[in-house]
Amino acid sequence: MKKLAQEGYEPIDTLIKPNTNNPWTVKEKLLLGLSPQDYMKQLLRNPFNWFLAVVYAVGIPLLLGRFFFGLGWATHGSYDYPWGLFLGWGLFVMVPLSASGFMLGTTVELFGRKDFKPIERLGLLNGLLGYFFAVVFLEVDLGQPWRLVYPMFVSLGPAAVLFLVAWHVATYLTVQIAELVPATSELMGWVKPKKFVKSIVLGLTVAGIILSTLHQGALGSLFTYAPHKLHPLWISTAFQWILFFCSSIFGGLSMLIVVSALTKWFMSWRCDDNFLKNLDRITIGLGKGCSMALITYLVLKITAIAHDNEWSYLLDGWGMWFFFEMIVGTLIPLAFFTMAIRTDRAGLARFAAMFAVFGIALNRMNTVLITYNWEMYQDIPHWREFCIAIMVYFTYIVVYRAVLYRIPIVYTWRGERK
Amino acid sequence: MKKLNRRNFIKGSLAGGLAAAATGKATKADAAGGTFGGYPDSMGVLVDMTKCIGCRTCEAACNVEQGLPEPDIPFDDYSFFDQHGHGGEKPRTTEKAYTVVNRYEVEGRESPFFRKVQCNHCQEPGCLTSCFVNAYTKTPEGAVIYNPKVCVGCRTCMIACPFYIPAYSFSSAINPIIKKCIMCYDTRLKFGRPPACVEACPQGVMTFGKRKDLVAQAHTKIEESGGKYIDHVYGEKEVGGTSWMYISDVPFEEIGFNMHVGNAPIISYVKDFLAMVPMVLIIWPALFTGFHLLATRKAKTDESNKA
Repeated sequence: MKKLAQEGYEPIDTLIKPNTNNPWTVKEKLLLGLSPQDYMKQLLRNPFNWFLAVVYAVGIPLLLGRFFFGLGWATHGSYDYPWGLFLGWGLFVMVPLSASGFMLGTTVELFGRKDFKPIERLGLLNGLLGYFFAVVFLEVDLGQPWRLVYPMFVSLGPAAVLFLVAWHVATYLTVQIAELVPATSELMGWVKPKKFVKSIVLGLTVAGIILSTLHQGALGSLFTYAPHKLHPLWISTAFQWILFFCSSIFGGLSMLIVVSALTKWFMSWRCDDNFLKNLDRITIGLGKGCSMALITYLVLKITAIAHDNEWSYLLDGWGMWFFFEMIVGTLIPLAFFTMAIRTDRAGLARFAAMFAVFGIALNRMNTVLITYNWEMYQDIPHWREFCIAIMVYFTYIVVYRAVLYRIPIVYTWRGERK
Repeated sequence: MKKLNRRNFIKGSLAGGLAAAATGKATKADAAGGTFGGYPDSMGVLVDMTKCIGCRTCEAACNVEQGLPEPDIPFDDYSFFDQHGHGGEKPRTTEKAYTVVNRYEVEGRESPFFRKVQCNHCQEPGCLTSCFVNAYTKTPEGAVIYNPKVCVGCRTCMIACPFYIPAYSFSSAINPIIKKCIMCYDTRLKFGRPPACVEACPQGVMTFGKRKDLVAQAHTKIEESGGKYIDHVYGEKEVGGTSWMYISDVPFEEIGFNMHVGNAPIISYVKDFLAMVPMVLIIWPALFTGFHLLATRKAKTDESNKA
């Protein structure tokens, strides 16, 4: 697309074709205003697509195998490690990294910070897609995915933490879809849906905060069912929900910083000036949020250790591993964010955000897999499990890219014509 | 008899708490926390581990009673004990075996020590409280049973079980479900008969009876043995008490028992979070709408001043 942009290609941002009176057809919108031949050409020219082809060539047969031969074929089928990469990565890492949706909704709609408007939709989209693919991962992992609705309608277990997660993720997905209706309406030329959502946006935002507080916390609380199985440094039954919730705040914001930077670097043809020119300022603003959440998280984490009197655990190998996580995932991003804010350097904030995203991923993997059964043995997931997880994750990236190409997320819709 | 689903479980615990408070038998903390504490007439099994010789007859009986597939290693083949699982672990319960016997070499003992592993049928089971489709039931007879027809396959119960008991039929693509010991509820316990493994044991290792009688019996046995037995009935208090209890002359930690599980039922660790849920649901809407009003106040005032 970069090459096309250099040749003078202009992406669609109006309902009516330039220099005519004809509206763009849906097909033309899907093909980005290119002829099918040109569209195919740009697809084949992009080396990333060739890489994707390899990922799918390996991943799709394995995914089919998982459904035809069962989970025992695709994973170790371990009774001691009932949860593996699909949930560890797909649910526990993706959900906190998708907290940007409710964070940006709150910032812009609830606190009235209109200066974050240029990135609000990207925050919402990052939230929606992250949650949607967390559900996709869940469907790959569940023994009987077709029974996904059982906890909703068939047999209810309302006192279980997972019941809350199921309901909240489902309702929150609905909220996030509604929040992105305005963007889709613009592209499709609908008027009423956009108006309707605008009228209920405050309600949606508050619902988003409630649901996010509870299900981000609930993901942590799932491990309070196994307080004896996790290494004590990674489980604090009293603090687990607030630790998970608090870390999801900087997790979601940092992911948004990373994604917006990637968009700027690889998709500048699609971004408009409103997005590009404001991005550095907004990145620093998001960095401020991150730094506050990071310092809160750090203090909470220390408090949790003091509360359970776990100081002695800090001294052995597990303790070193804990220090590694805290230094790389919390202290370094905290220091870099602070420097970035003081010296007004967006680049440094992006660097900090990468550390924070890595830190969240490491913390969740530590909780779900690495320190789980710490007194027993460590299980390295089956290679097929890795391949399937990678494939599903790249599908997330493909869908993400496809949506950004088309729906007005990082550019402003001009309406009828220029 | 009424089965225990979650609603009855809560009702029962509330009613039980009130009744106990009225008779003054329970502590205040028990009543306030809504601790269930188990059915009064629930049955149980007392395992005298000193008697077990590792013949695996119980495994064979379980296999027949529950209609399980042929074992990988026949029940009369004792190389079974030398197996090591993925992480060097001793054999554990699987989708094909609801009970297994483990062998332990204990220092200072001539013969090896054997331990039968199966579901301990907790009074307040972690698996039951973690299940989001309410598949599990603690029956008044003491068994923890489950309904495979609603199992979605999330495997949270496997996470929640402090004893690593529930297995999952990972090998099935169309109908994988949780697999575990149900104390022969359908075929025996319901009719007041002991589980198949208990009845089959040639050594009389296991005693079937009312749980509260068994607790008393265990303590008497320990007292009368003159110091032979360790003074601890494993399962009397662990994770809120279990229907299966153990006495031994070897310290429990040397024969694979988890001594870190504590006496609180698993659900008690989750209650901190569960109590927070209604708070957030009730308080957040007003709180954050209030924040919104505060945050946008200046803009509103400016507007009205202009007008």
